[in-house]
Amino acid sequence: MRYSNHPAKMRLFGLIRKETWQIIRDPSSIAIAFIMPLVLLLLFGYGVSLDAKHIPIGIVIEQPDLTTESLAGSFERSEFFKPIQFMAIQSAQQALDERKIEGIVWLRTNFTRQLLAGQEAPISILINGVDSNQANITRGYIQGTWLSWLSKYAEIQGHELPMPISLEQRIWFNPALSSRLFLVPGLIAIIMTLIGSLLTAMVVAREWERGTMEALMVTPLRMSEMLAGKLIPYFILGMGGMFFSVAIAVWQFNVPLLGSFWLLTLSSALFMLVALMIGLLISIVSKNQFVAGQIALLVTFLPAFILSGFLFDINSMPQPIQLLTHLVPARYFVAILQTLFLAGDIWPVILSNLAALFIMLIFFFAIVWHKSYKRLD
Amino acid sequence: MGHIIALAIKEFLALFRDKRSRMVIIGPPIMQLIVFGFAATYDLNHVPIAIYNQDRGQVSRDLISKFDGSPNFKIIQKISHDDEVSPLINNRDALLVVTIGPNFTANLLKGEKASLQVVFDGRNSNTAMIAMNYLQTILLDFNHAWLKKQGKRGQKVTLEIRNWHNENLRSQWFIIPGIVGLLTLVVTLLVTALSVAREREAGTFDQLLVTPLRPYEILIGKAIPGIVIGLFEASLIILLAVLFFDIPLRGNLGALYLGLILFILSAAGVGLMISSIAVTQQQAILGAFMFLVPAVILSGFSTPIANMPEVLQYLTLLDPLRYFLIIVRGVFLEGDSYGVLFNQYWPMSIIGLISLSFAGWLFRHRMY
Repeated sequence: MRYSNHPAKMRLFGLIRKETWQIIRDPSSIAIAFIMPLVLLLLFGYGVSLDAKHIPIGIVIEQPDLTTESLAGSFERSEFFKPIQFMAIQSAQQALDERKIEGIVWLRTNFTRQLLAGQEAPISILINGVDSNQANITRGYIQGTWLSWLSKYAEIQGHELPMPISLEQRIWFNPALSSRLFLVPGLIAIIMTLIGSLLTAMVVAREWERGTMEALMVTPLRMSEMLAGKLIPYFILGMGGMFFSVAIAVWQFNVPLLGSFWLLTLSSALFMLVALMIGLLISIVSKNQFVAGQIALLVTFLPAFILSGFLFDINSMPQPIQLLTHLVPARYFVAILQTLFLAGDIWPVILSNLAALFIMLIFFFAIVWHKSYKRLD
Repeated sequence: MGHIIALAIKEFLALFRDKRSRMVIIGPPIMQLIVFGFAATYDLNHVPIAIYNQDRGQVSRDLISKFDGSPNFKIIQKISHDDEVSPLINNRDALLVVTIGPNFTANLLKGEKASLQVVFDGRNSNTAMIAMNYLQTILLDFNHAWLKKQGKRGQKVTLEIRNWHNENLRSQWFIIPGIVGLLTLVVTLLVTALSVAREREAGTFDQLLVTPLRPYEILIGKAIPGIVIGLFEASLIILLAVLFFDIPLRGNLGALYLGLILFILSAAGVGLMISSIAVTQQQAILGAFMFLVPAVILSGFSTPIANMPEVLQYLTLLDPLRYFLIIVRGVFLEGDSYGVLFNQYWPMSIIGLISLSFAGWLFRHRMY
């Protein structure tokens, strides 16, 4: 097949064609580009959820009466709890130890008596704190249920709840506080990191391992052509994975895409290039599939998962770690994605993060360029 | 027995001969533990907030000083105009903006109600929800104190909340024992997943099959390096968790190690199974990855299994990490011993047994 008479173009297209065939013929590359995004998105989209519902809690009422019944009723009506009644605190504590329940609401014998006598009547709450985040959320829900019962109780008693300052809260961008809406956009960054860096690193490292890289080097191919030939097929593959993921996010998970699509495409393309450069760099440095796989996992996937702000809040990390997150390209892309999907085209956020990605691209490109030349010596 | 040891020694040599592979086995897990141990936290510290105080009275100032004094919040800006609220939130400069109305103090002093308007950035829903809880708690305390100061009776029904096992709800106590499981799985899986595939790619596996070694001997010889390295790394991480991160180790160490051995056996089994199916190293690494990522997500490492849809909850039963995380957290924080953990031990044994036997069967039945 002739693409052109121009030799440089011909060389480039030849290499692209070879890379493309290599991708198509190796089922594992196809798996990484199409099956992995699908599996990951579905797994993460459904599996990673911080929205606790129907939390099993134990309720111990040592002396049941109308007041305690109404309090227990508030927990039963709440969609956040699945209360189980226990006769004694000992059996409830045992259930807590066996992880059958997450917490205990304990009303002691003299609860109603103290309340009617106008004394302070404490409700004891025990929460299993092992999963600290879950415990925090459970605690918040218990507090909320308690507050709404208080105001209802006060109403029945015919006086107002003594609550001088009340909270009026509005939540922008995600009023229902559904964790899926913020996790799914971030997930796209993780998937593109995997396609861009892991796949490229592995494939190019294989060429080094088998010695076909040296064979390529003695051809008339120029360095720039070789880089472009390696990058273009994987770039297209990665962008395909991205569009696929966005489609699943919007249509399967109903994540709103408030920002503009072209801006999403532009920032994804930029991020994809950075990820590809890192993948190339890893393969050049390691030249061995085992090492390349390990390094790719270590410097791309895990940081994208933990240091990007995809799941854990960057502001809460210790200062040195916060500085470290600036080296993770996924950090900028996650910020762009979460903003583009949930908040829209907010230029200050988008521009500053795009600029950071652009600087990273130039930086990694320079290193890859430099390292590849050195290999030719 | 001599056969197996000879094969195991050869496997170790194959791994450790190369300087770079030596490095990636030892160095990264320790670095990961340190970085992720500090980074993977759901606790909110110094959440940037902005305050728009239209009130000139004392009470609002007292309330603001409560925010200022909380380690959870950091006031980054005090604004004086409505228009400043939305850029602060939009640009992610502040996670929340608290607005105090002009008659706040006056209303309170008259005995009327006052309110606090708060706008949250909901982009990260978990952060927003936790910040909301912190705010709510500060406000409840402030209300209580205010009523007391006014000589009125406060809330009669109060909540006394105690957290078991992790009294101050520190994320690190939850995450770092989890990292023991996570990193052990990664290392064991990668070492074993490549062991057969490497020889298949080089063509030496066929040679191994025609030696007097029985398939189960090959299996054990191939599994030993992964098991030894996994045990070594796990012990190192447990040591660091206790000495460096001060995570309390309250339970029975023997119970932890019984779980650890079963866990590593099942991880080695899965790794060898992947390795015997794969034809090339690339496929083996991808296969390991395709197992690893779901295994981490479905294990309850970062988000609770109880929040997943029911179908996925059943799927988690196949995940050895799920059981080991309960063991490692149970022993570290809850002081568990053998008896309580019995229901975690046997599923891992079954996963290990099935995957190891299947890998051994594949040695002979998958030939190229």
